[in-house]
Amino acid sequence: MNRSLRLFIDIASWLLSVAITLVGLAALTFFIGRVLPIDPVLSIVGEKATPEVYQKVYLELGLDKPLWQQFIEYLGKLLRGDFGTSFSTSRPVLTDLVNFFPATLELATIGLVIGVVLGVPMGVASAYWHEKWPDHVLRVIGLVGYSVPIFWLGLVGLFVFYYLLDWVSGPGQLDVFYVGVVDRVTGSILIDSALAGEWEIFANAVSHMILPALLLGYYSLAYISRMTRSVMLDQLSREFVLTARLKGASEFRVVAGHALRNAAIPLVTVIALSYGGLLEGSVLVETIFSWPGIGNYIYSSLFAADMNAVLGGTLLVGIVFVLLNMLSDVLYRVLDPRSRELRR
Amino acid sequence: MSTTEIAADPRHAVRAARWAEFKLFARRFMRNPLGVAGLVIVLLLLFAAAFAPWLATHDPYLPNLTSRLAAPSAEYWFGADELGRDIYSRLIYGSRLTLLIVALVIVTSAPVGLIIGAVSGTVGGWVDAVFMRITDIFLAVPKLLLALAFVAALGPGIVNAALAITLTAWPPYARLARAEALVVRNSDYVNAARLAGASEFRIIVFHVIPMCLSSVIVRMTFDMAGIILTAAGLGFIGLGAQPPLPEWGAMISTGRKFIFDQWWIATIPGAAIFIVSLGFNLLGDALRDLLDPHLRQRK
Repeated sequence: MNRSLRLFIDIASWLLSVAITLVGLAALTFFIGRVLPIDPVLSIVGEKATPEVYQKVYLELGLDKPLWQQFIEYLGKLLRGDFGTSFSTSRPVLTDLVNFFPATLELATIGLVIGVVLGVPMGVASAYWHEKWPDHVLRVIGLVGYSVPIFWLGLVGLFVFYYLLDWVSGPGQLDVFYVGVVDRVTGSILIDSALAGEWEIFANAVSHMILPALLLGYYSLAYISRMTRSVMLDQLSREFVLTARLKGASEFRVVAGHALRNAAIPLVTVIALSYGGLLEGSVLVETIFSWPGIGNYIYSSLFAADMNAVLGGTLLVGIVFVLLNMLSDVLYRVLDPRSRELRR
Repeated sequence: MSTTEIAADPRHAVRAARWAEFKLFARRFMRNPLGVAGLVIVLLLLFAAAFAPWLATHDPYLPNLTSRLAAPSAEYWFGADELGRDIYSRLIYGSRLTLLIVALVIVTSAPVGLIIGAVSGTVGGWVDAVFMRITDIFLAVPKLLLALAFVAALGPGIVNAALAITLTAWPPYARLARAEALVVRNSDYVNAARLAGASEFRIIVFHVIPMCLSSVIVRMTFDMAGIILTAAGLGFIGLGAQPPLPEWGAMISTGRKFIFDQWWIATIPGAAIFIVSLGFNLLGDALRDLLDPHLRQRK
């Protein structure tokens, strides 16, 4: 088989597996939205609706059709970007999601940067001083991050750093009198306020963001440092590390130049996965900090019994999650020459 | 089919060997202080759940408006909540709910995953392809959100929350069991059993699944911490256990309103969740070091 044909088959089979996973995801949300509730019509029209209204909604939802046909129609709607209408905001769910997503993305991205900047060196140090005191200390820090309920840590953080010490601003994205001052361009408050040259607002946004971002950073740091540690442990025991040392390379060069460089490939996967985890973790953090993102949107829709919005949000985060997973797969293959040769 | 039929008086020998192995295991476990700390925490949790009526100092459900929002004191060790109920007693009773959810999820998700994975790995072919595709889809979906949507559709409650967590918790077991099964499938003793006329069913149940158990147990211990956190998260959002049940996550959610003035209402149940899940994580870490066949061979 020649090379380009094989590449084509690889890409096609990859696309197929992405498509299957996405359809599976849609099947899950379809199942949750249409099959699980005892009566989806009642949840829309309420208990007191007249039979005529009930019948109308019943037909509108297409509930008289067989289930597989309903699912195909559901898929078709999703492909056209129709996630249904949110009952609580009475806007299309997709419009709402586009509105709220940038805030989540901003918070999760900053969280990820914190997690990587602190987590990778922590993992490296932990592996370098394996079974010595730095390793033990760093491992416990990581384990605490694994074990702590993030919403509780958020509450405690607010109590200590906002209420007691007054180092940071409280919940929300901005102080009330700054809200709406800056024109919305990208949806990211930091970028928008910087573009507008409103540095006072920028500073205010930073002081609001710092606590939730640090929390998410800590959350991802636990995972990243743990994975870095195990990958680095593996690399540091390899013979090329010994060779480098025998050749007289400095310890820094051995660790950063030789071991970490090889560890970087699996770490890309780890980081992509933890980004997906952060998007999800932001649901709980956003509810604590009243952050105007997807998580908070889902949370408030839950209480309005607005299933379209809940499922739309779940689907959006799910799609991003799936794509990140797949992207990490691709990156792994592109970056690691061995995985290309070894397949099949 | 076990070694018992080979030796003359084999039962004693087997028992003695098992006992010796257990002693060795226990000794190695005791050398790991963090693991022991985890074990102690888990045992304390079990103790609190078993003896809740004797450990509690107040009725966990009975409102007492005169002690509303009382600060921690000799009477109320951890203070009282917005209805004047003793937080310490509610914590003690809440340990039962935590264990109940964990048990429900583990009892359902581990066997389901184990069976799917073992069948998939042993039978192979299109069965494997279909099962693993489904597993991959579940693995690729955000867990907490899926559980959240699921409970939102089913209606809140402790059993529904456990069901929802199960829905997202089984795939790792399937992956694990499949990987073991692929190794075991073509081993000599399985082939011998096959030659002796054993059915696929018998091979899966008696030869493949037992081989998966030790890695599944390690995975389970780690998972318990995650299950506790997810359950607490669902409780916090209001989709888990419903009032007046003293579920720890739900207790944080009520305490949230009072966080600045009566900090103990929200922080103390959270600390309990944290300590318990840390305990399971420490225990899981230690067990993995001891039981994981891959790490074990290295020593």
